[in-house]
Amino acid sequence: MQTQSITQKLANPTRFMALSGTLLPWLAGIAVVLIVYGLYRGWTAPPDYQQGETIRIMYIHVPSAWLGMMGYALIALSSFGLLVFRHPLADVSAKAAAPIGAAFTLLALITGSLWGKPMWGTYWVWDARLTSVLLLFFLYLGLISLRTSIEEETLASKLTAVLALVGVVILPFIKISVEGLSIPWLGLEIPAWNTLHQPSSVFRTDGPKIHSSQLYPLLYSALGFTFLFFALHMKGMRNEILRRRVKALRIAEVDRARAKEAVAAAE
Amino acid sequence: MDLGPHATFIIASYAIFTLVLASLTAWLMYDGARQKRLLEGLQAKGARRRPRSGETESTQ
Repeated sequence: MQTQSITQKLANPTRFMALSGTLLPWLAGIAVVLIVYGLYRGWTAPPDYQQGETIRIMYIHVPSAWLGMMGYALIALSSFGLLVFRHPLADVSAKAAAPIGAAFTLLALITGSLWGKPMWGTYWVWDARLTSVLLLFFLYLGLISLRTSIEEETLASKLTAVLALVGVVILPFIKISVEGLSIPWLGLEIPAWNTLHQPSSVFRTDGPKIHSSQLYPLLYSALGFTFLFFALHMKGMRNEILRRRVKALRIAEVDRARAKEAVAAAE
Repeated sequence: MDLGPHATFIIASYAIFTLVLASLTAWLMYDGARQKRLLEGLQAKGARRRPRSGETESTQ
């Protein structure tokens, strides 16, 4: 008997609906517990020696930025699954992820701006990091607009998938914009752009550059918001499957009514 | 808790963050309930994707 991979098993929307119906409350529950715990620890941690109390913004800004990028990576992966493997749920996943990723990217921009004013003295600068994240937000809006502007669903999903895959180049650009890129064995050396934004303090080759009293709350908070992202994404996918069932039923009913009319006219 | 001279920025960040995520969650919950209601309404009217036995399926 041939064994099926998890993606093959989930290719059946009915099976996905049953499984996600069980998983969703757990995902949401774990998200709430982790977020509450992470933020509680973040708000009871001592203030930063340089940034003072404004460091509290980090516990929502950094997860938002990570999830804004992760959301786009998920859309790109789903788009690849649609175009290459024609997975039945790939387009549902890509469509559901777009507004959630856009919301987190917008939150990264807003909270970053509100953090930047007291720390940098300005809400906004047109530097590489901030501008590239703004472009990511516009890409999300582009994907949503393109899909809604085309009535034929199969065409809309394919064109949106192509745009999503073209736009994925923004993700390494966001990362490189602050830190540059050095791959000595390839002879590749991309210098960091001039920017006000600090480089990553957590995911570094030489280990985190952030005190554990701030690092752990940040990681709990980020993990909690990641669970929330997937809970919202699962809910969005369930909604989309229901929407497609409603549409299929309406089309089938209209087709049937037309067929009856045609038979009656022929008689 | 004293949030210092930049309290407004911290509170505004959390307020906007909560508002956006709460709105997104509420919209997803509303949309889910609406689609479920529409589907149940159609099924209650006898709508189905495949024809009943004896009915010819449209070729369109």
